[in-house]
Amino acid sequence: MAEAATQQTPTEALIATLDLPQGGWSDAARKDALSRLQQAGLPERRDEYWKYTRPDTLTQPQAVSAAVRASEDVALFDQIDRLKLVFVDGVFDADASDDLALEGITIERLAQADADLHWARDLYGTLEKNGQTPVARPLAALNTAFAADGVLIHVTDKVSKPVNIVYRRTSDTADVMLHHVVKLDAGAEFTLLENGPVAARFNGVLEVEVADNASFHHVRAQGRDHEQRAATHIFTRLGTESAFKSFTLTANGVMTRNDCVIELTGDDAAAHVAGACVGDGADFHHDDTVFITHDAVNCESRQVFKKVLRNGATGVFQGKILVKADAQKTDGYQISQSLLLDDDSQFLAKPELEIYADDVACSHGSTSGAIDEDALFYLRSRGVPHNVATDLLTLSFLAEAVEEIEDETLREEITARLAAWLERHAA
Amino acid sequence: MLSIKGLKVKLEEEDKQILKGVDLEVEAGKVHAIMGPNGSGKSTLSYVLSGKDGYEVTEGSAHLGDIDLLDLEPEERAAAGLFLAFQYPVEIPGVGNMTFLRTAVNAQRKARGEEEMSAAEFLKVVRARAKELKIDADMLKRPVNMGFSGGEKKRNEILQMAMLEPKMCILDETDSGLDVDAMKLVADGVNALRTEGRGFLVITHYQRLLDHIKPDVVHIMADGRIIKTGGPELALEVENNGYADILSEVA
Repeated sequence: MAEAATQQTPTEALIATLDLPQGGWSDAARKDALSRLQQAGLPERRDEYWKYTRPDTLTQPQAVSAAVRASEDVALFDQIDRLKLVFVDGVFDADASDDLALEGITIERLAQADADLHWARDLYGTLEKNGQTPVARPLAALNTAFAADGVLIHVTDKVSKPVNIVYRRTSDTADVMLHHVVKLDAGAEFTLLENGPVAARFNGVLEVEVADNASFHHVRAQGRDHEQRAATHIFTRLGTESAFKSFTLTANGVMTRNDCVIELTGDDAAAHVAGACVGDGADFHHDDTVFITHDAVNCESRQVFKKVLRNGATGVFQGKILVKADAQKTDGYQISQSLLLDDDSQFLAKPELEIYADDVACSHGSTSGAIDEDALFYLRSRGVPHNVATDLLTLSFLAEAVEEIEDETLREEITARLAAWLERHAA
Repeated sequence: MLSIKGLKVKLEEEDKQILKGVDLEVEAGKVHAIMGPNGSGKSTLSYVLSGKDGYEVTEGSAHLGDIDLLDLEPEERAAAGLFLAFQYPVEIPGVGNMTFLRTAVNAQRKARGEEEMSAAEFLKVVRARAKELKIDADMLKRPVNMGFSGGEKKRNEILQMAMLEPKMCILDETDSGLDVDAMKLVADGVNALRTEGRGFLVITHYQRLLDHIKPDVVHIMADGRIIKTGGPELALEVENNGYADILSEVA
């Protein structure tokens, strides 16, 4: 048998440790995803989009254990009227969660949604599958096949308050896959908040279907837990005159890979994706990989990513805008910037534009720099101490990304969290 | 108040002497002006006094009262009562002007062991001072100097001066880039802050600012030295004849 084991590929080795959930409307999608995974194989360093990020800790059969630090678990979004869903080590905690009833919306758990003709049947794994071309995303296929739970949200109207998925972690070894699906009907409006450390290793997929004239807002805060490893994917498809706006804050964590795959399929739609990341230490690695496809007329897309890196931290940004031949009047904007607080930290950026239409405006920029010495002197000359001035300028650097959050209260909560991080990580 | 003795300064990066022995005494309650041609070392003097990196003091001293300025960090000099109004105020995106002002005021108070100003008290004072300088609420809310016109930036410098209440104010080419009306507004702001206990050092190319901020003493600086000192009439002489006469007279 030892011989057989050596012939196993890494993909087979990982699959062998997992159980495929059985017996429901998602069966077909899961089997389909499994064959996608088997065909593509798990990501390896030689894959074009894994050149700057080592996938091994995300793909090996055993998750690397990560100590839980209770002191790191600080509440967020507490000031906001919200419907709270709590997952502890990836397991839904009904007692800690609010009642799932809310006007204009139905909320169910993937693990319990057993109706034969469930609305999510046509969606689960569908956007993920679309997002596998032209670039394979095997970790997302892995998730569709094996995710044990997740939240299915069907939004039929304008929803009065956000749904907040709160993650908590009590186990050093939990290895969690969650798959959320959100479907917004025409004209619906909905905000999803996510925060907290999920697990020692987390594989997350969020599929969002935004119908005509609907609008989806997403604010996510990852981290507050130093040893977490996470690979997350957002897949979204936008209808006519619809809007998708997503912001992610990442603080700490060891290995984070956030993929965002956006397809603009209806005219006059807008997709904004932004991220602010603060990393401290040589074991910090954070990767934002974005792929936006314009396949309709007069759509707008914005990517705004800012990373503050210090003490040897690494940041990666890979952002692509693909404008198909019929996507005239496309307005595409992309900026990725890093603030490197020392010589040991590094930022690797790969902006890509691929344009087949002839009447478009696309721009991209990427910079890496240190603290602006003139601004630092200006603040100090007013009596602001060096460390406080550095923090102010760091927040100032991140502000352009944070300002992508439309809601003022949410924006302030994220800014406060960033300020608190800077205070805790005082140089 | 401000006492500079035999100050010699070179650039850190290259072996270039900028100040070649500056002596200057600014008394409390007095306004001294420094005029001089481009490259005479006027701005360098203001930067060295406020503690900007990139300069090396090779000789001499600078004291504010009995405090040795050259030993201190920029923020310590500010807390000791020194203020520099910048020629080119820096834009800082993402930091609200009000937040910046309050952080600065309270940092200085803390450094001096005084009680910090409450948000309500601060708001009251800043609104009153801003009104005097015709700075509207929107300018207070916007990020520091972002999207401000030249005049607005300079008025914002004077607002900071008014809030920080320094002992010694250095104005570096505050008139540059200002039209006549804007200059008058800035000058009115400065004049309102002239008190018995406060000294001013006004650095300028042109006499016109000194029509509005009347100096007690005028110094002419050239090639890193103060070459002539006189009363307000010296500024008029420069205005009428340029620097050439004074330079040749000294040489």
